[in-house]
Amino acid sequence: MVNKTAQAGTLESNDIMITVAPARQCSGIVIDLESIVLPQYGQTIRKVILQAVQAYGIANAYIKAIDRGALDYTIRARTEAALQRSGAAKRAFR
Amino acid sequence: MKRLRRSMLFLPGNNPGMLQNGGIFAADSVILDLEDAVAPQEKDAARFLVAEALRSIDYGNSEKVVRINPLETFAERDIAVIAPSRPDVILIPKVQCSKDIEEISKMVSRYELLPGSIRLIALLETPQGIAQAHNIAGTGKRLSALALGAEDYTASLGATRSRYGEEIFFARMMVINAAAAASIQSIDTPFTDVDDIDGLQQDTVLAKKLGFKGKLVINPRQIDVIHEVFNPSNGEISWAVRVLEAIRQAEAEGSGVASLQGKMIDAPIVSRAEQIVHLARRLGLLKEGF
Repeated sequence: MVNKTAQAGTLESNDIMITVAPARQCSGIVIDLESIVLPQYGQTIRKVILQAVQAYGIANAYIKAIDRGALDYTIRARTEAALQRSGAAKRAFR
Repeated sequence: MKRLRRSMLFLPGNNPGMLQNGGIFAADSVILDLEDAVAPQEKDAARFLVAEALRSIDYGNSEKVVRINPLETFAERDIAVIAPSRPDVILIPKVQCSKDIEEISKMVSRYELLPGSIRLIALLETPQGIAQAHNIAGTGKRLSALALGAEDYTASLGATRSRYGEEIFFARMMVINAAAAASIQSIDTPFTDVDDIDGLQQDTVLAKKLGFKGKLVINPRQIDVIHEVFNPSNGEISWAVRVLEAIRQAEAEGSGVASLQGKMIDAPIVSRAEQIVHLARRLGLLKEGF
């Protein structure tokens, strides 16, 4: 569960800044994405963020992502860091 | 067979751009750094980034090394996140005694996926660590090299770091001798002035002459210079080939003693020649057929 608003990542190139915030029950995972490559990779970035969030078993969260051309590995890592900082715990050891 | 570690390049662990490009410089090892290169409040984020980089980035032939934080700070938290991503080596900073290696080894055993697969390198960078070099070098099966970190070491001594490194001569010899006694490798401290290529070249020549097998690298520009110094020269290769030919000829003639240009070839000379030929072959510097 996302208990509080938390952030990870930077606005430097190749990075992505992810902010996660608690959301009301039944609101689902809302991803608000800004990216320099939105038309080309917007869907992929959303998918990577969503998968990382789902690995934590989170059903409701608001996620703001400001992308500066991050690769998938960075998107996963920054999402995971933001989630951990927000108090979320992973469901199972991978 | 020992791994080639002529150059070990540091990459800052919280910088996605540098982590993803680290493989293109063809360093023998890349060191994804969670320690000095990462601010204390970013340690958690860097851990995840390095773990994901290990799984996703193609580092080519470079060995994947992670420098964790010291034992008394975040070492176990680092290992818990990093070890399942299967780095080749964990570089332990500020090792003071053999017990440090034992403790880290136990932690690695708890978290690694394939038992015994992760190797360790001990970074000696305190007067205590240098004094204990021999005990440290002989600790456990995972340890594959000792490395010297001269900046912290000279600061503890109250010495001034110089271009020629007189102040670290004792530490260098302690590290080299301890590593050789335990049949592991010794890796030299980085040359920190990245604009002084002549200084780097001289420092690396000295390191090789003293017995180091490689050098820590803080800028990709330093790699080519370091490789050139640690590669066997044409003169060394041709000498080694002649030694081994003389030995082969003496054996064919049933003679127990071989000589080259009037000098007797004894066991240490043969061993040195074999090492040079072996290295030259691995680096593709030897013609086919030998």
